Amino acid sequence: MSNSNAFDSVRQQLGGVSRRDFLKFCSVMAVGMGLPLSAGVRIAEAIVNPKRPPVIWLSFQECTGCVESLLRSNHPTLEHLILDLISLDYSETLSAAAGHQAEAAKAESIRKNKGKFVLVVDGAIPTKDHGIYCKIGGRTALDILNETAPHAAAIIAMGSCASWGGVAAAGPNPTEAKGVPEVLSNKTVVTVPGCPPNPYNLLSTILYFVTFNKLPELDPKGRPRFAFSRLIHENCERRPHFDAGRFAEQFGDGLHRKGACLYKLGCKGPETYANCPSVLFGDTGAGTWPVGVGHPCFGCAEKGVGFSTPLHQLATLKEMTPPVFFGEAFPNKQGVSSGIKTFAAGSAGIVVGAAGAAMLTGLGTRKDVTRDKLHGPHDESARDKEE
Amino acid sequence: MTISRRTFLKGVAGGGGLLLVSGIPLADARMSTELPPHAVGILYDATLCIGCKSCMANCKTQNSVPGGALYKKGMTAPPYESKGPAGDEGIWDAPQELSGKTLNIIKVYKNGTGEKKDVAVNGYSYFKQQCLHCISPACVSVCPAGAFRKDPENGSVYYLAERCIGCRYCQLACPFGVPRYEWDSAWPEVRKCQLCRHRYAEGKYAACAEFCPTGATIFGKVVDLRNEARYRLTLKPGTEYDFPIKTVDSAEKSRRPVARYADGTYGLTEAGGTQNIMLSGVSFELLGFRKKIPHFDLPSLTWAYVRKVLWVFAGVFTGGTTIYAITHRNDKEGSHD
Repeated sequence: MSNSNAFDSVRQQLGGVSRRDFLKFCSVMAVGMGLPLSAGVRIAEAIVNPKRPPVIWLSFQECTGCVESLLRSNHPTLEHLILDLISLDYSETLSAAAGHQAEAAKAESIRKNKGKFVLVVDGAIPTKDHGIYCKIGGRTALDILNETAPHAAAIIAMGSCASWGGVAAAGPNPTEAKGVPEVLSNKTVVTVPGCPPNPYNLLSTILYFVTFNKLPELDPKGRPRFAFSRLIHENCERRPHFDAGRFAEQFGDGLHRKGACLYKLGCKGPETYANCPSVLFGDTGAGTWPVGVGHPCFGCAEKGVGFSTPLHQLATLKEMTPPVFFGEAFPNKQGVSSGIKTFAAGSAGIVVGAAGAAMLTGLGTRKDVTRDKLHGPHDESARDKEE
Repeated sequence: MTISRRTFLKGVAGGGGLLLVSGIPLADARMSTELPPHAVGILYDATLCIGCKSCMANCKTQNSVPGGALYKKGMTAPPYESKGPAGDEGIWDAPQELSGKTLNIIKVYKNGTGEKKDVAVNGYSYFKQQCLHCISPACVSVCPAGAFRKDPENGSVYYLAERCIGCRYCQLACPFGVPRYEWDSAWPEVRKCQLCRHRYAEGKYAACAEFCPTGATIFGKVVDLRNEARYRLTLKPGTEYDFPIKTVDSAEKSRRPVARYADGTYGLTEAGGTQNIMLSGVSFELLGFRKKIPHFDLPSLTWAYVRKVLWVFAGVFTGGTTIYAITHRNDKEGSHD
């Protein structure tokens, strides 16, 4: 399919969406994943493919925050997403159908798209007492997941609960809630942690998969690297204040109002990997993410930080930050301090100065000058050593 | 008014004798090697330091008020190393070295890949430089004008700008290279940490300790700090310990794993002992603290000579008077000149 044909068909298919808007969306998605701009065209082709990727969305021990987060994305908008980009075949929140009708639609989709559909899971899976603490249509979450997962082409755990247990698994974890990767230990599960996660991280992952027919590069915890390879601390807009030692001591104090670093208020940015400072949240303009609006990062996207360490406890810094703005013990060469260099330069200056002074004042005969050069500087440098 | 020879000699003799008797030391050369009764200081634990520089930023603001170690008459803003854009002075302040504007600095040691904290090879460590407040400070002993003093109660070593003659002997004498001169000032003074002694009256303590978020810098009585340091050295690396924050006896604690300490406590014997002490995961030599530092009180070096000055003076005076008396014993009154 040539490019112009692709765009024409897009225009026909999307009706109200202009060619410009559509290309913008595809390019934003490509850039968001760190792909070259040309990938936008491939994404466009994949999207206009009449067979939209079927998605089955399973919700277990969750608060619907992850779905709500997706609903609030506005490029694409929700209706564009579920009507044009993906084929959302089953979602407890968004399905028009309910009850047995919805269950039947799900069974039908799984049967038809065996090995082709994308499985998205939000919410943790309780495992205590054979998982009886979360049931849908009379069946446990554990059963539903174990039954659906083997037929999926890709499994994406949406949100912190699905990624490792999140708030459902917070101590004392009465239902022994677990994340999808733990339940499906023999499968590759893409985790998109966050509470809620950024919808664009999920959309980018799905579109990457339907475009290239493979999963994006993942880190050892199953997170897509394009979104989770950097600490929040590294890209934070308040970072220069950290480097300069300016911290908000209390909520509402002078430095807090001036936008100083929130580390002392318990910001978990230094130990949380996520792209929040770059992608922001909720599409409501600049600075709209937790740290941007003045609350320390909670670490919701990092296992062992969010929901497990106290909200205002100080974070542990993962690496030397900042690496370059410090004076060093031996700044130039190991073992040679700047003081010694200054001393050497000073001695050289004294020698030159003494010789010059001797010449100018014309001390004695030529012989005397030579003697002065030999002895004078020596005395001077001895004095200089004291200095 | 004429002064007769007799009155003049009388005056000289009287003055010399008075000096001899009173024993006013021009320079406070001899000093106690014992801790002052209420000695306070700082314990800096490099393994807890995260390099946030909060201590540096707050040191400047807290010392730029009347009484502070950086304060000068008419000062409205702290002195920053680099002036930012007009109207925004000090927005970016990243000193590389102690100076007349920086009394306290966090520096870094890094080696190889610099991945692990508090490890000498392929690791990194922060360290803090400031006045260590020696028990017998060399700067005090060498100051010919008495501009450096050691507080007899809390032991903080402080500076009196109005007495300073700008000779900078203090800079030469300090074994740690701490005092800095204001080279860029028309009326330069010597600057160094004074342990925030101007804040004690308000019930406050050293700003670097108050604003340290992790407890890397804590303030307290030297005796308590030494005990705390000794206790930390006995802890097993990897176990968790409730590190006090801000002050050594603080109820506020920060639970952190104990790192492996490289050396013992720095400042117990160095230069005869200091009131600020340090712990580190990387050997202090690698952090730029000289190993060859004398382990005795430095003023004792000069005291051997300085103590004789008075007697030399007295000897010359009496000797000269005696010789004069002998050589002029036959002179008649009024026959001189």
